[in-house]
Amino acid sequence: MQTKTSKSALFPYVLWIAFFVIAPIALVVYYSLLDLHGNFTLDNYKAFFSSVYLKMTLSSFWYAFLITFFTLLISYPTAYFLTKTKHKQLWLLLIIIPSWINLLLKTYAFIGIFGLYGPINAFIEVFGFDPKQMLFTDISFVFVSVYIFIPFMILPIFNSLDRLNPTLIYAARDLGASAFTTFRRVVLPLTMDGVKSGIQVVFIPALSLFMITRLIAGNRVITLGTAIEQQFLVTQNWGMGSTIAVFLILFMVIIMLITGQKDKGGRVR
Amino acid sequence: MKSLIQATIAILVVSALLFYAADTLSAGGGKGGKNTLTIFNWGEYIDPDLLKAFEKETGIHVIYETFDSNEAMMTKIQQGGTAYDIAVPSEYMIEKMKEENLLIPLDKTKLPNLKNIDPYFLDLPFDDNNHYSIPYFWGTVGIVYNPSLVGDLDFTSWEDLWDPSLKRKVFLVDGAREVIGMGLNSLGYSLNSLDDNELREATNKLITLAPNVKAIIGDEITPLMINNEATVALTWSGQAADMMFENEELDFAVPEEGSNLWFDNMVIPKTSKNIDGAHAFINFMLSADAGARNADYVGYSTPNIAAMDLMDEEVVTDERYYPSEEQRDTLEVYKNLGPDYLGKYNELFLEFKMSIR
Repeated sequence: MQTKTSKSALFPYVLWIAFFVIAPIALVVYYSLLDLHGNFTLDNYKAFFSSVYLKMTLSSFWYAFLITFFTLLISYPTAYFLTKTKHKQLWLLLIIIPSWINLLLKTYAFIGIFGLYGPINAFIEVFGFDPKQMLFTDISFVFVSVYIFIPFMILPIFNSLDRLNPTLIYAARDLGASAFTTFRRVVLPLTMDGVKSGIQVVFIPALSLFMITRLIAGNRVITLGTAIEQQFLVTQNWGMGSTIAVFLILFMVIIMLITGQKDKGGRVR
Repeated sequence: MKSLIQATIAILVVSALLFYAADTLSAGGGKGGKNTLTIFNWGEYIDPDLLKAFEKETGIHVIYETFDSNEAMMTKIQQGGTAYDIAVPSEYMIEKMKEENLLIPLDKTKLPNLKNIDPYFLDLPFDDNNHYSIPYFWGTVGIVYNPSLVGDLDFTSWEDLWDPSLKRKVFLVDGAREVIGMGLNSLGYSLNSLDDNELREATNKLITLAPNVKAIIGDEITPLMINNEATVALTWSGQAADMMFENEELDFAVPEEGSNLWFDNMVIPKTSKNIDGAHAFINFMLSADAGARNADYVGYSTPNIAAMDLMDEEVVTDERYYPSEEQRDTLEVYKNLGPDYLGKYNELFLEFKMSIR
């Protein structure tokens, strides 16, 4: 009886997954096999392995890596110190609130902030340096992206740090481990899951960022996301757009596998 | 659990209130396809007061949406999700939309103000006899620059963009046809070239421009030029007019090797549910008064002769915006390239973008 109800209760979810996960992916794969005139072909895949697209994929990965790296670099210590503060939920909320503001609005704000007559240059001038155009550089692109992704990285890390049983740290210190060793051997391994899911939620969207690439980087940085947008909206080459999307999905699966939680084996020994 | 339910109820109540408020606010215009008109236009491409005047005059409620490329506009109309009644595509896109049966033929008896339009802009190759489209604005593609920042370059030639003094100073518009077209023009080829060798040569030439390119963006270029944050930009004549209105230092030039001459026309797409209203709107925009006000606001060149009489003499005789007919002869209108070559132009444009490092 119980198994029956639980099975029929699954039905809506199966339907949901079939319609909104499997069907769209199948359509993307189907379109990727069509050329401009609707004939079946593998040309799109061949085209993907041309130098232009490979270069673009590499640069997408490189920037996604940089963004994830700096986001992690900033977020881990932030999350760590947050758990030590008195009103940690309040501080966390203050960090999360900016992520409620629309991404485009924040991006437009940076156009003003980085501008030749913006506050940063005004600040630089106080110290006697010449104002510099900061927009449309790699640095500004990575900076804005990191800023946007920080809350998404802090949250999972904060949660795993918060769940960490403090008695483990006392025990380690008691047994003579230095603060650094405690951190390296106890805190870090036990919060690795938070770090991994943080990397996932940053790296994957960073691969397909667009709009920021145009508004802040002035198309000096081109990601897979920009290319897909162009293929669909401008060239109307749905086949090529879908092919890039197929590869993007593949990359994401690979990243999920690498950073996924390994419940089986390991650690327990 | 209790707080969860409370939160859910709170959200529902707020949404209901907002819906109610939105409903009462828009009640004046009435609902349904009959008494509304959905206009699909480029960004910053109409005087919003004219929309209000039109609503007041006819009692039709206007819904206004914008797009930023011809292709994006056509994709949306093809998908048919929204009942657009008016769209403003450029000439080559009208040709394409005609081929795809996306347009409704116009009833000229409902457009008496058509007499205000300069015959030069009527009956053009992309739409014989103006079966489907009515001129809205026209213009050119050229270079807007700040003379005090570029030395003695005057951009009478595209070659000036390659000048070593402009390292990291040139802004380009994010459009494959404009940029590849500029490459072709700079070599003396047609910007509608379907010759693979010419296209290759143009792309290679553009790649040598890469060190001078600062960014490839869209409408965001306007504030940058106005604030003197950018020095040189490839742009459309009307956008340049906007910039020059705000910053009098700027100047605009259309290089002599040739460039693009374009027309944006009003059409009634197949998605329309208010064809009478759409005709009324086109006729309204064709009136001398509306035409003049719109041209004043938008800054592009109007094809409306009656409107030009009402406008500032200095503007309508300025050959940078209203080039003479001889000058227009050096300019070329975009042709529909067909999907294969449109794809090719975009691939080459992508290759060019990738070379900017």
